[in-house]
Amino acid sequence: MKLPWPFRSRERRNRELEEEIAAHLREAQQDRIALGESPEEAAANARREFGSQALVSEETREAWGGLWLERLVQDLGFGFRMLRRSPGFSLLAMLCLTVGIGGSAAVFSWIEGVLLRPFPLVADQGRILAVTGTIRGAPAPGLAEMSWPDFRDLKSCPRIESVIAEKITGTTLNYGDRAERVPGSVVSSNYFEALGVRPILGRGFEPSEDSGRNAHPVTVISYQAWKERFGGDTAILGKTQVLNGLPHTIVGVAPEGFYGTFVGYAFQFWVPLSMQPQHIDNGEDHLEDRGARWIEGFVRVKPGVTRRQAQEEVSALSAGLEKGYPATNRGRGVRLFPLWQTPFNNAGALLPTLAVALVVVISVLLIACANVGNLLLVRAFARRKEMTVRVAIGAGRGRLVRQLLTEGLILSIVSAAAGVGVARALRDALVLLIPVRGVPLRVAGTLDWRVIALCAGVCLVTTVLFALAPAILASRIDVAGVLREETQAGGLGGPRGKFRVRSAFVLVQMSLSFVLLVGAGLVLRSLNGVRSASPGFSAEGLLTTSVNLFTAGYDKPRAKNFQEALIERVRTIPGVESAALSRVTPFSYRTYSSAPIAVEGYVPPPDQQPSAEYNEIGPGFLATLKIPLLAGREFTRADDEAAPPVAVVDETMAARYWPGKDPLGRVLLVKGQPRRIVGVAKAAAYSQLLETPAPFFYVPLRQNFSPSTGLQIRTKLSPGALAPILAREIHSLDANVSPYQVITMREQLDAKSSPQRVAATILSVFGALALGLAAVGLYGVMASVVSQSARELAIRTALGARTADLIRLVLSHGLSLTAMGVALGAAAALVLTRLLGYLLYKVGPRDPGAFGTALLVMAAASLAACLIPAWRVVRADPARALRA
Amino acid sequence: MAVSKSDAPSGRIELLQGTLDLLILQTLRWGKRHGYGIAQMIRTGSRDALQVDTGSLYPALHRLERKRAVAAEWEMSENNQRVRVYRLTTSGARLLAQEKSRWEQLSEAIGGVLMAPSESEP
Repeated sequence: MKLPWPFRSRERRNRELEEEIAAHLREAQQDRIALGESPEEAAANARREFGSQALVSEETREAWGGLWLERLVQDLGFGFRMLRRSPGFSLLAMLCLTVGIGGSAAVFSWIEGVLLRPFPLVADQGRILAVTGTIRGAPAPGLAEMSWPDFRDLKSCPRIESVIAEKITGTTLNYGDRAERVPGSVVSSNYFEALGVRPILGRGFEPSEDSGRNAHPVTVISYQAWKERFGGDTAILGKTQVLNGLPHTIVGVAPEGFYGTFVGYAFQFWVPLSMQPQHIDNGEDHLEDRGARWIEGFVRVKPGVTRRQAQEEVSALSAGLEKGYPATNRGRGVRLFPLWQTPFNNAGALLPTLAVALVVVISVLLIACANVGNLLLVRAFARRKEMTVRVAIGAGRGRLVRQLLTEGLILSIVSAAAGVGVARALRDALVLLIPVRGVPLRVAGTLDWRVIALCAGVCLVTTVLFALAPAILASRIDVAGVLREETQAGGLGGPRGKFRVRSAFVLVQMSLSFVLLVGAGLVLRSLNGVRSASPGFSAEGLLTTSVNLFTAGYDKPRAKNFQEALIERVRTIPGVESAALSRVTPFSYRTYSSAPIAVEGYVPPPDQQPSAEYNEIGPGFLATLKIPLLAGREFTRADDEAAPPVAVVDETMAARYWPGKDPLGRVLLVKGQPRRIVGVAKAAAYSQLLETPAPFFYVPLRQNFSPSTGLQIRTKLSPGALAPILAREIHSLDANVSPYQVITMREQLDAKSSPQRVAATILSVFGALALGLAAVGLYGVMASVVSQSARELAIRTALGARTADLIRLVLSHGLSLTAMGVALGAAAALVLTRLLGYLLYKVGPRDPGAFGTALLVMAAASLAACLIPAWRVVRADPARALRA
Repeated sequence: MAVSKSDAPSGRIELLQGTLDLLILQTLRWGKRHGYGIAQMIRTGSRDALQVDTGSLYPALHRLERKRAVAAEWEMSENNQRVRVYRLTTSGARLLAQEKSRWEQLSEAIGGVLMAPSESEP
């Protein structure tokens, strides 16, 4: 076999060196024979005079230089042989490390793929910033969408290269025989060009397609839609596809792997801005209305421009717009966010969860390292003899440390490779934790060179963490002591050397596990709190669905008649208590209308424009949801377009604008239109359980009509039982209209607590894993302490110590470790739990319940880990231990 | 830096770092020689005062070879052994001259210090 250079020449030189040393010995022997010694005597003396041949050749080779490579190969080979010799140990260590490294790799890849570079195929994502409008004086976070005229004006900022307007929409597409609700987007015409994404067929959009009410029914479809719906038809261009009730001409196909620019969804189609009326807000044209805010978008800054610089320019611009258009823009600003903080897609919701996940996996990794460190230590001492022999024949201590580090490196490299595999397998796992069904989702990790590099770094750091201490300890061998076969164990009374290190490892594990347990406890309690929290209405026994008459092609009068008839029919379904329509279903992904308001006698601060969100509701909506009325009445069928405009305000709004007064009968100006207040409703949560209460009001659906509505039904029927009856009723009205999926309001609420659920899942799984690893670590230390101290314990027994004393001795050692670990962990947890931030609901980050529970779990686990070794002590025969 | 060992036989002198190179080069001035021969020659030349440790000799020889101060080849010895012999190269001869003058300066300087009269001499 021919070795590659430089091993070939090195091998020859090794042979030559051997020969040279042999020749030296022969020459010396000859000389000695010449002086009268016998050949055997001469050979032995020559060898003794020469000294350690291994050491001489090692040191000589050292003089050759460039030796590290050869040595590395040697160490690697030796390391592999050693690891193969104890496969149980190697597998266990690798399993621990794979869990640790794989977990971190998965979280790194999620952070990279969801937060840092969330949009595959989009060029240079570091220069893209998310843009939202802001409302001065509004409750936190005080963000809003933007109007197209405002958004378009951002182009005038010299540091901004391009502005990319977009608003998510959706349609129902048929894939073969299944109908699927798919997300798509209304985008400015420069979308594909500005993102650096080139359609594989056809074109992107043209500048003229930004304007003209519904004037350009063209669409670019996704690669997935092209493949699955159109069978990859290469003559697709020019064909039409009905989107939201209107045929669109397909002008392009996006490349494979491009999912659009919304974290969480895989977009299936794009239409130009001019199609806004058709796709957003049911026919109302907002394009040139500076007061109509509906756009969520991005800007691409010029190379080298920081977010702060861009923000300065944008703030200056929006201040100018405030002066120029006070009627629409007073109190309105613009804010830029890095992509990972994007407030309007799922990035914002996943950010705290991923931050928590990162802390958790790093803790688990450290715990795994401590465990492997412990295992290596045990093994290093089991290999005491081998080490001693190697030292005795002249291996340097540095060499020994290097050898053990290399073995550690092999373990961690193999585990890191497996870990990357784990991360790859877990790429799409985040999706599983997001409870949205029937929509193409995409929340995937990315394994790019950055993630791989990070894993390599983690791998190196962990090796040093778990292998260095054992290596250094093992190299400090007392040659004479080992050769005398003396046990080097520290007694229970005062552990020495390796026990100190092993105890330190266990301490780290205990404290980290405690932190994780506290975190898991807090988040579980929050999740419980969120589950049992009242949204301000009764979610039990409430089903929800929606009916879109706009895409079914209805005009206003027909839609009104249809809705009337539908409600009549639904109310008569046996088992249905009540039913009502509303434009927005609470807790759904649809956004409420928002309007500037004015109230007689209320003077806002000079630079603010009060505004509030509202819902358009049908008769009986409040009763159906069981939102209590505090005063007045709710809307009836008499409150229609012919009747005087009315409104119902909520408690929060009444307290803000009519403090100490009765709002009933007073006038609320909504977009300048006066509405008389006929009722005050109890405040509820409108889109999130954890939202800050903000003024909210209701207007009659008939007075602010929408052909696309949610349908709320109070019934004891299950969704499965109601759905077919409902479909039948609707089809008997019009065979072309279908309701969306019928779900319970509870499901709707749960979908909004997904950040807590994801965090709770991650923390509980990893918390349990950490506790398991830590308990194994503690058990390992206790077991070896006990077995090494068998003699001492036997002597104690012989001297009359009772069983209980022995158990107490062993337990006190193990439990004191636990106590120290818990103390350290508690200190760390007091600081770290603040990280959980808004994941916590009605639970303080220092909740004594969570700390107490963690303590109990910890105590139970460590008691179990100590009792087994203690039990062994009791059963041990002292005479045998003494004789041993 | 002196290399000292507590169990070094009395009467022997441990070599200063670097002086071994000088002795090897000096030895090779009289012709090529193998490792054992060099060690023996230094020993007899110093009347047994300088014992060259093989653990220092071979690394030094290989270091000098890498520096191209000496060149090595395989030859048959007087005992009819295949041995690796070293010879001085031209750059080795230059190095020897340098080292020698440095050594002379050093020993003169040390000698000056040691010869100076001192009251604290025990």
